Amino acid sequence: MSLLLLIVQTLNGLQFGVLLFLIAAGLTLVFGVMDFINLAHGVQYMLGAYFAVMFYALTGSFVLALLLALGASLVFGLALEFTIFRKLYERDHLEQVIATFGIILFLNEGVKVAFGASPLSLPVPEALSGSVVLMPGLLYPVWRIVIIAAGLAVAAILYVLVGWTRVGMLVRAGASNARMVSALGVDIRRLFMLVFGFGTMLAGFAGIMIAPLLSVQPGMGDTVLILAFVVIVIGGIGSIRGAFIAALLIGLVDTLGRSFAVDILRLVMAPSPARTVGPAIASMLIYLLMALVLYVRPAGLFPAKGRG
Amino acid sequence: MSPTALQTEAAARAPAWRGRLLPFVLFGLLAVAPPLAGQGGGYVLTLLEQVMIFAIAALGLDLIVGFGGLVSFGHAAFIGLGAYAAGILAFHGLGDTALALPAAILLSASFAAATGLICLRTRGVYFIMITLAFGQMAFFTASSLAPYGGDDGLTLRMRSPVFGFDLFGNERIFYYATFVAALGIYLFCRAAIASRFGRVLRGAKENPTRMTALGYEVFRYQLAAYVISGAIGGVAGFFIANATNFVSPAYMSWQRSGELIVMLVLGGIGTLDGAVLGAAAYILLSEYLSQLTEHWAMIFGPLLVAVVMFARGGLIGAFRRIGWRA
Amino acid sequence: MSAPVLRLEALSKRYGGLVVTDNVSLDIMPGELHAIIGPNGAGKTTLINEISGLVSADGGRILFEGQDITDTPAHARAAAGLARCFQITSVLPTFSARDNVALAAQARDGSSFRFFRPAAAEEALNARALAAIEEVGLGARAHLPAGQLSHGEKRALELAIALALEPKMLLLDEPMAGTGHDETAMLSGVLRRLKGRFPILLIEHDMSVVFSLADRVSVMVYGRILASGAPEAIRTDPKVVAAYLGEEAG
Repeated sequence: MSLLLLIVQTLNGLQFGVLLFLIAAGLTLVFGVMDFINLAHGVQYMLGAYFAVMFYALTGSFVLALLLALGASLVFGLALEFTIFRKLYERDHLEQVIATFGIILFLNEGVKVAFGASPLSLPVPEALSGSVVLMPGLLYPVWRIVIIAAGLAVAAILYVLVGWTRVGMLVRAGASNARMVSALGVDIRRLFMLVFGFGTMLAGFAGIMIAPLLSVQPGMGDTVLILAFVVIVIGGIGSIRGAFIAALLIGLVDTLGRSFAVDILRLVMAPSPARTVGPAIASMLIYLLMALVLYVRPAGLFPAKGRG
Repeated sequence: MSPTALQTEAAARAPAWRGRLLPFVLFGLLAVAPPLAGQGGGYVLTLLEQVMIFAIAALGLDLIVGFGGLVSFGHAAFIGLGAYAAGILAFHGLGDTALALPAAILLSASFAAATGLICLRTRGVYFIMITLAFGQMAFFTASSLAPYGGDDGLTLRMRSPVFGFDLFGNERIFYYATFVAALGIYLFCRAAIASRFGRVLRGAKENPTRMTALGYEVFRYQLAAYVISGAIGGVAGFFIANATNFVSPAYMSWQRSGELIVMLVLGGIGTLDGAVLGAAAYILLSEYLSQLTEHWAMIFGPLLVAVVMFARGGLIGAFRRIGWRA
Repeated sequence: MSAPVLRLEALSKRYGGLVVTDNVSLDIMPGELHAIIGPNGAGKTTLINEISGLVSADGGRILFEGQDITDTPAHARAAAGLARCFQITSVLPTFSARDNVALAAQARDGSSFRFFRPAAAEEALNARALAAIEEVGLGARAHLPAGQLSHGEKRALELAIALALEPKMLLLDEPMAGTGHDETAMLSGVLRRLKGRFPILLIEHDMSVVFSLADRVSVMVYGRILASGAPEAIRTDPKVVAAYLGEEAG
């Protein structure tokens, strides 16, 4: 276990965490404000990536592809909200789960039909490809740093938006008690659409940013979706701050855990069992973390007031 | 009062043998399928075995979701654990049904007891998430069992012998064994929800504070229901391992847990008949659609959305609205 | 002198900076109907919640039939004979009125971990349930789902449920809340018949009911017991009149 590896994996963990935050932020807001479980949030992430690939093929410019894909994600998300989701806000969570599960099925197959089943890729923009020397002997990909920076920037923007603007106040109020906000005369439907659209765009943005690093394929949103839910449950439903901290925590725990689980276990057991048990425990770490958090704080770390 | 709540109450009150056509039709059809299918009907029998096995699992899930109000998103873990119990014992030459079936039940029930102690402290979406988490833990543990195939799973040379005799090798005998299990579990569930225990469970779903004020320790009853539900999942696991001669971590994936819930919603939650009907509908429909087109998910997905939006109470709900005495 | 059935010793509860129960000590004697009155927000329902165990007190003790139940969980207190009715009606809406009460009878009739016989067919439980239902005047409505009963009927059902528990003490949280004149009269009649069978702790705002039924009255204001004694003494107590009755009684 070298220091270099530790630093690299910590940075990777931060990058993963920031990505999870981008996805979880929308999810927690939608769940917090509209009390709506949106399993289809994962496919929003996937669609962001696919849109980016498609627009890049059309325009040849990453920047254009990014902007167009963001727009497409927003439009698509709003269309879903308008036609289907807004009719489900009053239903119970189970029905929301089934309906959004149906949308996952439809879209996972849909992108296969539209784009083919083989994984696609998106090149990193020229200027930002390659690696940079962080320390003697330590090369780190520029693009990953861009992702971390972008994620932190979005977090900062959200912090200002939610904490310091009127709309943000309405969102926070809605996360505590949507009916009351509506009773106070706020057009709750527009607020919901705003929240939903924004969240959708964030998920799409995450997909666009990750596309150059991962292969873009059907179903890529599924694992990420589960992780995002773990993030918002640990962070506290409806809380952006909670989502941020939980996402970074999970990104670090998961990445560092996978890298070093076997080594850490070797401290207490023989190499062979460590090598068998290690990967299994590494995969389970975040779930163990969630179980632990829920045991101690059943409403998550920072529940929006009025919920826990 | 929501249609589902009335359905559940009606389902609990009506005794199994009076004025209820649907279970007779369902189990009747299942019973006569082998002779009807004839010699070349192996494909149909295999399909119906799947239906019965998932019906068993769905019935167990309906106990806690429909009647207990506990939405578990990790139920596939119990099926997988039952399958692995059977598979691992078979791997070591100890796979006789007399050993493997009780082992499957015991393993699933124990897992349910251990995880239930933790899960049942939570409510609502937190309960959904923590059951999901435990399901994932089971999945990852199974994936890492390298000696038993890990990710790729484990193939069984033959089906579990029964007291030494290779009875299950005969497709008809295995089919009817599965049928007896499914029918038995259906009858048990019917009795259970109408029993004292079932009444407490249903009351706790509607108003846990009231039940506590009556002197019932709600936690104990919910834990018992959770363990029973897990045990039933273990039975399904034993049979699926034998039906496919294969055991794999995929049996425990969260997508499988999701499918089980879809079956319940399709058929009608909290009706027991809905669990059987939903399992049949899901499996037969996806089989039929996949013959039509490889992109059957693009039909099935919107169908689910439509069921949620327009057909509340699933198939059973629809039957009741048309006025069928189901 | 007989021992109190329920004894509260210096019970206290606070939510953050707000003191909801302020050093409350009270004895309920066998057979007495003890009313607690006071303005809204005085902490009366919280007190009942602390006694029944839904809320845990921060300080003090609760003794029931001589046993310290301060740390006993709510369900165990109910099983020990401490029955309560809720201020906001809490029944099982999809269960029939009879089955609501039968569940209470079932709780006192041995184990409920029975899986095979249909509970609705247990004649003994049904008989006890119907007896309690008749007692509160709901006989004709017993087979309707509880959710379909009128508000006053639901209040009566709450009482029937508590009776079927064969309580050693009854905690009633505003049983007449929202009931019309006839229903109030009917429920008062039931309470009058129950008087003496077991001690009853009654929270009520309806002064005519309180002063016609209660053996003793305690007045609670801001979480404290302001005064406690015979109804007439309370009615004329200057402190009480100033704090509470001044606005209500003529």
